[in-house]
Amino acid sequence: MNLTLRVWRQKNAKTAGQFVTYQARDISSEMSFLEMLDVVNEELIKSGEEQIAFDHDCREGICGSCGLVINGTPHGPLAATTSCQLHMRFFKDGDTITIEPWRAAPFPVIKDLVVDRTAFDRIIQAGGYVSVSTGGAPDGNAVSIPKDDADKAMDAAQCIGCGACVAACKNASAMLFVSAKISHLGLLPQGKVEADHRVLNMVAQMDEEGFGNCTNTGSCEAACPKEITLDNIARMNRSYAKAIFKSKLS
Amino acid sequence: MAASAESMQASSRGLILRLWRSSIGKKYVMAVTGLGLFGFVIIHLAGNLQIYLGPNAINAYGKLLKSNPAVLWSARFVLLAIVALHILTAIQLTKANRKARPVKYAAGKPVASTFAQRTIVISGLIILAFIIFHLGHFTIGFVDPQLLEYEDILGRHDVYRMMVTGFSNPIISIFYIISMGLLLLHLSHGVSSLFQSLGLRSKKTFGFFDKLAKGAALVLFLGNCSIPLSILLGIIK
Amino acid sequence: MSITLESKIPSGPVGIKWSKYKQDMKLINPANKRKYDVIVVGSGLAGASAAATLGELGYNVKCFCFQDSPRRAHSIAAQGGINAAKNYRNDGDSIYRLFYDTIKGGDFRAREANVHRLAEVSVNIIDQCVAQGVPFAREYGGLLDNRSFGGAQVSRTFYARGQTGQQLLLGAYQALSRQIYAGTVTMYPRTEMVDLVLIDGHAKGIITRDLITGAIESHSGNAVVLATGGYGNVFYLSTNAKGCNVTSTYRAYKKGALFANPCYTQIHPTCIPVSGDYQSKLTLMSESLRNDGRVWVPKKEGDSRHPKDIPEGDRDYYLERKYPSYGNLAPRDIASRAAKQVCDEGRGVGPGGRGVYLDFSDAIQRFGQNKIEERYGNLFEMYERITGENAYDQPMRIYPAVHYTMGGLWVDYELMSNIPGLFVIGEANFSDHGANRLGASALMQGLADGYFVLPQTIGGYFATQKNGKYSPDHAEFKQAEAEVRARTNRLLSIKGKRTVTEFHRELGKLMWDNVGMARTEASIKQALERIPALRQEFWENVNVPGSGDDLNPALEYAGRVADFLEFGELLAYDALQREESCGGHFREEYQTEDGEALRNDEKYAYVAAWEFKGTDQFPALHKEELTYEEIRMAQRSYK
Repeated sequence: MNLTLRVWRQKNAKTAGQFVTYQARDISSEMSFLEMLDVVNEELIKSGEEQIAFDHDCREGICGSCGLVINGTPHGPLAATTSCQLHMRFFKDGDTITIEPWRAAPFPVIKDLVVDRTAFDRIIQAGGYVSVSTGGAPDGNAVSIPKDDADKAMDAAQCIGCGACVAACKNASAMLFVSAKISHLGLLPQGKVEADHRVLNMVAQMDEEGFGNCTNTGSCEAACPKEITLDNIARMNRSYAKAIFKSKLS
Repeated sequence: MAASAESMQASSRGLILRLWRSSIGKKYVMAVTGLGLFGFVIIHLAGNLQIYLGPNAINAYGKLLKSNPAVLWSARFVLLAIVALHILTAIQLTKANRKARPVKYAAGKPVASTFAQRTIVISGLIILAFIIFHLGHFTIGFVDPQLLEYEDILGRHDVYRMMVTGFSNPIISIFYIISMGLLLLHLSHGVSSLFQSLGLRSKKTFGFFDKLAKGAALVLFLGNCSIPLSILLGIIK
Repeated sequence: MSITLESKIPSGPVGIKWSKYKQDMKLINPANKRKYDVIVVGSGLAGASAAATLGELGYNVKCFCFQDSPRRAHSIAAQGGINAAKNYRNDGDSIYRLFYDTIKGGDFRAREANVHRLAEVSVNIIDQCVAQGVPFAREYGGLLDNRSFGGAQVSRTFYARGQTGQQLLLGAYQALSRQIYAGTVTMYPRTEMVDLVLIDGHAKGIITRDLITGAIESHSGNAVVLATGGYGNVFYLSTNAKGCNVTSTYRAYKKGALFANPCYTQIHPTCIPVSGDYQSKLTLMSESLRNDGRVWVPKKEGDSRHPKDIPEGDRDYYLERKYPSYGNLAPRDIASRAAKQVCDEGRGVGPGGRGVYLDFSDAIQRFGQNKIEERYGNLFEMYERITGENAYDQPMRIYPAVHYTMGGLWVDYELMSNIPGLFVIGEANFSDHGANRLGASALMQGLADGYFVLPQTIGGYFATQKNGKYSPDHAEFKQAEAEVRARTNRLLSIKGKRTVTEFHRELGKLMWDNVGMARTEASIKQALERIPALRQEFWENVNVPGSGDDLNPALEYAGRVADFLEFGELLAYDALQREESCGGHFREEYQTEDGEALRNDEKYAYVAAWEFKGTDQFPALHKEELTYEEIRMAQRSYK
């Protein structure tokens, strides 16, 4: 199939970007979306132009590197699918596809479709862990954990940190990402010990980074390739209230 | 630079201030004030529906409300404060949200959000304009000062006649009905959203709160609209 | 420089070597630890766990990764699980059994002492990860669940759904994040190591390229730890991430570190086949699929009928036929080679004839689709997402692909290479898997090295060293920087006609066809003949657009492929000299009548460690003889 691509090109963070139109010719429906971009890039390189820069690595939907806004939707039209796992059979010959980077002030564009997501790392650094050092951990079976809790924690822990939730949100809110980590750790006995500190610190860092507020629209949940759900945000809101009132009392 | 919760704890800033400074805290303010206003709207409607019981009932109710100026003014003051806080918080949140997302996408439509969700700020703003008009109409009297001067045979303010006369104007009634439509829109997202913001919603209760919000908003809409409609249709005269 | 391979294995029975080592080890005063700068390259399971633990101990750590975040390293893609000798199932597992299985699985080409230590610390890893909040699968009673994996006779594999690697990596990433916040670790994401700097024969720092600004920078330290993963992408198509590369370890090799056993490459039998020339990578599907799927191809060559139209009589269930007792569960290498063989005979299926069927229809009939969905639902979904085919309705197509590389930089018992101060951990070293790795052991080794082994042994090195760190303005750094800049400029100035991808693809095909899952002397020699020519063409005719002063994916890629073009040759030399078949190295000349790998323990029970002698020069081979004190070598049989 042949496609027309409108791709956001931007030399670096300081210069303004614009859409550039490219033709993608002889695209197989078996290709992944990124392989289609590879084909376009090969042609660009051969004509001496710089390739379209986009983040990608594992190409199997788990590393969280890739992230393209395809026709206005983060990771494209297919639910629960990262950009790398989206295949061209979901497009038709002659389609025009608009490809943009994640748009959010805390995710500044580095180049073309590549954005800086280190804000997420800083949020985790502020408290997204259990403070145990290597060595001295009790036996793995010393504390039993109800299967249901472990399963729920795992549901939340599946987050790949791609940032699609922020990209989808009209307010660029990071609450789904932050709440997934708070839920994952807060649901486990090991993580409960410092749950209050964690939620206060992570939320403070999230605000510091300039992410917007949750207006409970659910766009994040719809865009999430790992199907992280909104009830994590409710859980975080609850934990935050508990933590802030407790910290006042103590 | 990382903001440390410990350092915040160590300082003497109050709980309110800390809540006010955090995104989630502001959402609590939005939710709690929203809940207060939602409660008011329900009581307001319950009071007004007494119009169906005839002039005596609603005029007595009107007199009761005004019988103790201290209570009346405290209530008014609290309500005003809640409204002000709700609006102030909304402005701050909206500003922060715009700042967080300065560039819109060139293509496509918004992901998975409903019309009510996307228009909550607009619906809120129009409702505010409506409230000002409504107060002017039936409380302060700058629309038609005469309305506030009607008296019934017992010398009470004739609320019944005020409403009948007030809603006899089809343009005003239509404006009321449209505004109630916007309130429906606002509450259908706002009420379920407030439970989410307060962390009271879970996967299991998600659908329940959603239905509760939509149901309550609809009941309020129908109840509120029934009054001008009944008047226009001559059911109440 | 004369090289002696001293493995530094502590004396005494294998079971007490590690305890004895720790007892005898010299320690660093806690107050002095912050004076030691440790450079950790890579942030996967090994790198992140090492950086975090070193930070916790009080060292001053700098950690580098080329991805935008340390959370993205390719350890994240591991699906199956992690082994540990916990014996929670009371099924007869023990540290000794895990040790034995690993040695045997590695076809008796690993060091006993290292492997025993790995089995010992495996139990600590699980405890550590649970304490970190890794959500391992649990039973209804609340205890940890286990499963049997990769043909093991005991259930010792811990898992977190099909995302064990992700959860373990996030655990390590979070521990690392905690140290970054505490200020003990400085993280450098989007920064690639491009050279190793030696001063007076010791590793004292690295040269990096900032991938956003293009800045070439020197980082000095008291020691350098490489945790940069494997070299599977030398085959172009592999299950590795696109960014995985050999550059760090190869640069260290060029600076004098020995590269050990590069010919040991593991092929995974259940990957989704190539669908076209544009294919950028291969996707692995959990081996567990073979528990219920039956592997077959048409009996006739070129049978192009739809699989459902091929009657039972015209199908060849070749694994069941050849290996009646193990059948479809035959070990990875055997299943892989058998698939290659039937495809070579022209009986392969799917595009290009490089695929075999994995058929679930019998299992669906026996257990019902619900049961199969419950077991493999996510894998079937993944398969459909990629191929557009519904595997409940028609058989899956699978084909082997390169998955893991057992070879790596040579290290001693302390995980230090022959260059003092250069430590190598995780997949990047050669040490624990011998010629073949057991399923669910990669995660175990990465974390064992990072959490428990290296943080101990590196202290031992510091305690015996007088010379500290140097200024990054030292002449050796400046010279290395200049060389890196010159190389970058050279790549940018060629402006030829072919893209980097084209060269990489050609190299990959050459390697896969000639030094892939089955090799012969002739095929290896053919590869050795063609690689230098391809390399020469690369340096004359590659086209790398853009500049070196900003984010330039083509330039990054060119640097990596340039190293693969040299490394491929080294891999081939190693495959050529090892005139036997063992584990992940199969020479067609050396097989039993049943097509089993035929080892030659008399001549080849050694580690082949290669010394760089110059590009286009034959490298020098050093041998570390492997002595087995605990375990007797035996030929495996899966008939």
